Amino acid sequence: MTYVCLTDADREEMLATIGVSSVEELFRDIPEGVRLKRELDLDDPLSELEIVQRLERLAARNVPAGEEISFLGAGVYDHYVPAIVDAILERGEFLTAYTPYQPELSQGVLQALFEYQTVICELTGMDVSNASGYDGTTVAADACYIAKHATGRSKVVLAESLNPQVRQVVRTYAPGFGLEVVDVPHREGVTDPEELRAAAEGAAAVIFQQPNFFGCLEPAPELAAAANDAGALPVAHVDPVSLGVLEAPGAYGCAIAIGEGQGAGNPLAFGGPHYGFIAAREEFTRRMPGRIVGETTDVDGNRGYVLTLQTREQHIRREKATSNITTNQTLLALGGLIHLCWLGPQGLRELGETCMSLAEHTKDRLGLQPVFPERTTFKEFAVRIGRPAVEAIRAARTRGVHPGYPLGRDYEGMDDVLLVAVTEKRTLDEIEALAGALAA
Amino acid sequence: MAAEESYPDDIRYHREHDWARIEGDEAVLGITWYAQDALGELVHYEPPEQGATVSRGTPYGEVESVKAVSDVIAPISGEVLEVNKAVVDAPETVNEDPYGNGWLIRIRLSDPAEAEQLLDAAAYREVLAEQ
Amino acid sequence: MKLIFERSREGRRAATVPRPDGLARAEAPQELRRRRPPRLPEIPENEIVRHFTKLTTRNFGIDTGFYPLGSCTMKYNPRVNERVAALPGFRDLHPLQDEEGSQGALELMVELQEILAEVTGLDAVSLQPAAGSQGELTGLMLMRAYFADRGEGDRRRKIVVADTAHGTNPASVTMAGYELVKVDTDKRGNIDLDDLRAKVDDETAGLMLTNPSTLGLFDEHIEEIARIFHESGGLLYYDGANLNAVCGISRPGDMGFDIVHINLHKTFSQPHGGGGPGGGPIAVRRRLEPYLPVPAVVRDGRRYRLEFDRPKSIGKVRAFTGPFGVFVRSYAFILAWGRELKTMSEDAVLNANYLLARLRDAYELPYDRLCMHEFVLSARNLKREHGITALDVAKRLMDYDFHPPTIYFPLVVPEALMIEPTETETKETLDEFADAMTAIAREAAEDPDVIKSAPHNRPVKRLDEVKAAKRAVVRYRFEDHPDLAAEPTASAATEAPKGV
Repeated sequence: MTYVCLTDADREEMLATIGVSSVEELFRDIPEGVRLKRELDLDDPLSELEIVQRLERLAARNVPAGEEISFLGAGVYDHYVPAIVDAILERGEFLTAYTPYQPELSQGVLQALFEYQTVICELTGMDVSNASGYDGTTVAADACYIAKHATGRSKVVLAESLNPQVRQVVRTYAPGFGLEVVDVPHREGVTDPEELRAAAEGAAAVIFQQPNFFGCLEPAPELAAAANDAGALPVAHVDPVSLGVLEAPGAYGCAIAIGEGQGAGNPLAFGGPHYGFIAAREEFTRRMPGRIVGETTDVDGNRGYVLTLQTREQHIRREKATSNITTNQTLLALGGLIHLCWLGPQGLRELGETCMSLAEHTKDRLGLQPVFPERTTFKEFAVRIGRPAVEAIRAARTRGVHPGYPLGRDYEGMDDVLLVAVTEKRTLDEIEALAGALAA
Repeated sequence: MAAEESYPDDIRYHREHDWARIEGDEAVLGITWYAQDALGELVHYEPPEQGATVSRGTPYGEVESVKAVSDVIAPISGEVLEVNKAVVDAPETVNEDPYGNGWLIRIRLSDPAEAEQLLDAAAYREVLAEQ
Repeated sequence: MKLIFERSREGRRAATVPRPDGLARAEAPQELRRRRPPRLPEIPENEIVRHFTKLTTRNFGIDTGFYPLGSCTMKYNPRVNERVAALPGFRDLHPLQDEEGSQGALELMVELQEILAEVTGLDAVSLQPAAGSQGELTGLMLMRAYFADRGEGDRRRKIVVADTAHGTNPASVTMAGYELVKVDTDKRGNIDLDDLRAKVDDETAGLMLTNPSTLGLFDEHIEEIARIFHESGGLLYYDGANLNAVCGISRPGDMGFDIVHINLHKTFSQPHGGGGPGGGPIAVRRRLEPYLPVPAVVRDGRRYRLEFDRPKSIGKVRAFTGPFGVFVRSYAFILAWGRELKTMSEDAVLNANYLLARLRDAYELPYDRLCMHEFVLSARNLKREHGITALDVAKRLMDYDFHPPTIYFPLVVPEALMIEPTETETKETLDEFADAMTAIAREAAEDPDVIKSAPHNRPVKRLDEVKAAKRAVVRYRFEDHPDLAAEPTASAATEAPKGV
């Protein structure tokens, strides 16, 4: 069998050293009543070749981006991830290491995470970032937890234009946190600051998304101001790819910035693993969940990095921890760091501009009715197509185009609406193909 | 840098390793040498607000070292008059001088009779012997 | 070593973003536009590669050497798993792709669910939770939903946790809105049954336990423990961190547990990635199935689909159906073992007992029993006699090219060293490790200074964690970069002192 390291001769010697006569005897403390008395009902072991063949057959039954022209977004996006990301992440010293509990052996991961934290703070305009959360939904729950304990209030307000899965996850965590969750409806595709302000009375936090789930640009500075006026913490859920062209949440009054990092550095991978990011103003440092890497020196005065402020975390603070998170999404966050360094500030700006411009071009070429014509959009927009979106998708896919996400799944009165995402990977020809597929 | 082990006779103790120096109808509170030694060098002190009420036997704040965080228990009840800002700024002061400069809060006693339930230095040393 | 920001030079770049000619330029409105660009490094591609490659030379993984971190199951991560996870049909598949276009992915998930149900001896599985901790929290949420549905939600407020538990257990209890009740461990390393009986009543929702425990010991009274909880109407939650010890030998469902989380990055070889990703799927008894997160992934004849219509579901704990890339790797790993998975656990337990036998004389053994896949030693004898602590032993092990075991956990053992070799180690490696540990015990008596000043061969010596906690520098401070090094750096362009 493939991964076995011991020979029968080894086993005999080892059993003798231990002082038992069989491997079976090593399990003598396990009561008879809980022993499995048959073989596991699994298949025969497969060789590496057979494993690859089996997995290839399964993979062949999927239609990935690349086998059709895809305009599907709605939270995760088909951006171009450069080759160096894989080349670096494949290295065993990163891939097969664990949490850097022993810093002298882990300066590689620790420094990389310190750089990641720095990049996230730069993008979001915040003072402290953790070393990653699970994804763009759980970091919203984290933000609510911070806000509850920082303000002493037990209500959180969510914009309806915030990703529905984010809202659903917050609602799943809320009962355990003792939080009431309130939605503020969108008005023509964005959130009304006055309505938000009213809803935010007595709230611990307000979460809105920029650009929002419809791809529209929210009046984010006014939303943050509305929350601050009500004494609630403004939390912005942002797209890292947009932060070369859109203002950083820290610059317009937000307390916390969160988001899904996937678009920077990770493949789609049918939904994961990806990484969530969470960053905050300095005053929330000790309330941050998860790992944080700090800079220090060693006994000779050399600069080095360590996990710090560990007393926040479960392995020390236990039932009073800021979160139970232990294993996070380090490798994926490193992918994000590498991708963002590869882009640089110019590249990130160009990427944002290109996506935005291609999306505008697509709107023009489609000639369909935008659902929110008054709104500026970033890389996604919602159009009415005059027939059930689900049918249009099926039809378009027979022509090799996946035209977008059916918003009717999450929003009333939108069964004929498609959410179309346009990334830098979409060419002008592909956009023509989309127009053709939807006109049919 | 840490002080030598000592348990002065002029103050009173609580079995959760906190002390109180009674001064008329006020008291100064802190943690004992044993507590700071168990924690190691302190890196953070989370004090109560001025004006807050502290109750005997319940936590009024937290101290943290690199490897542990510990509640600070009030040995006696009262209202917070003053928080020792020097410790907030330099928590290691507690390690250097746990009974002097390392004091944590000053309170006005709400029930001076509670002082009788506190341990003297000898009784506290006995508690330590049981640890 | 420089930070990547310290290698930045204005005007350098790695990426070009292609842009069609003549494309009209769209812009955000003035008030929403970025004013100052983020200070990402400006650096050519080869420098990026060199920077991260150099970082890898300052890191230790399973591929580097023996990594016996207790309760982390640092086993070999087969490379074929990386190859299959990178197949475009998996890697580039959008999670919102139509069901017709994702049948392969859905089938893989259903098969993995069925395998995990078989391995745990339970009925229904959700792959959604992103890691073990999230699996724990999900399990507790399930308990809450189950009891609320039966009208017992208000009454059952408490969860019992062993004093040897991972810190995640009590942290999860709090996040789920429950109260924590701790139960003691007895001298044999089992849960103290008298203490347990005193603490379980009709206000108890359930127990969180890992078996074998973090001491590496199988609780000999597990059947009685299960009886105590089920008689009081409570549920049992199994922390699967130590599942590597018992696959094919004893199943948590058969031990009496009702909810189990599995750590795919431990037992089922998802690479740890420097701290993640992981996977924390949960398996439950049939009566808890209605509460599992949505969507469920189900087999429908010969097709596979997502089922959202689960009115009693607790909701969603993570986006989409979970970390799919992790499922691919774990699935591939399990295919390699198949029904021989029992050998994996047998070898894991054999390796641990062998090391235990070789080390029990040089160190203190708190529980004199056969262990499971891991065991705990105490360095208390070295501390008492020579002032050498578990921390010192750990640092000195680095000089012998080993990653240290877990130290100072579980809390019930002073100067604890928790050692888990896993099954993917040869006898020679185990002997080398045992020799090193024995040598260090000898050095403690003969040359303690060499231990106290360890490690000697790493990029840094022992790091000042107090300084890091007191004045937390958690990002590169472009504005003033307060270098905490003893000698001030003249500018960002200067190499850090001592050429590291």
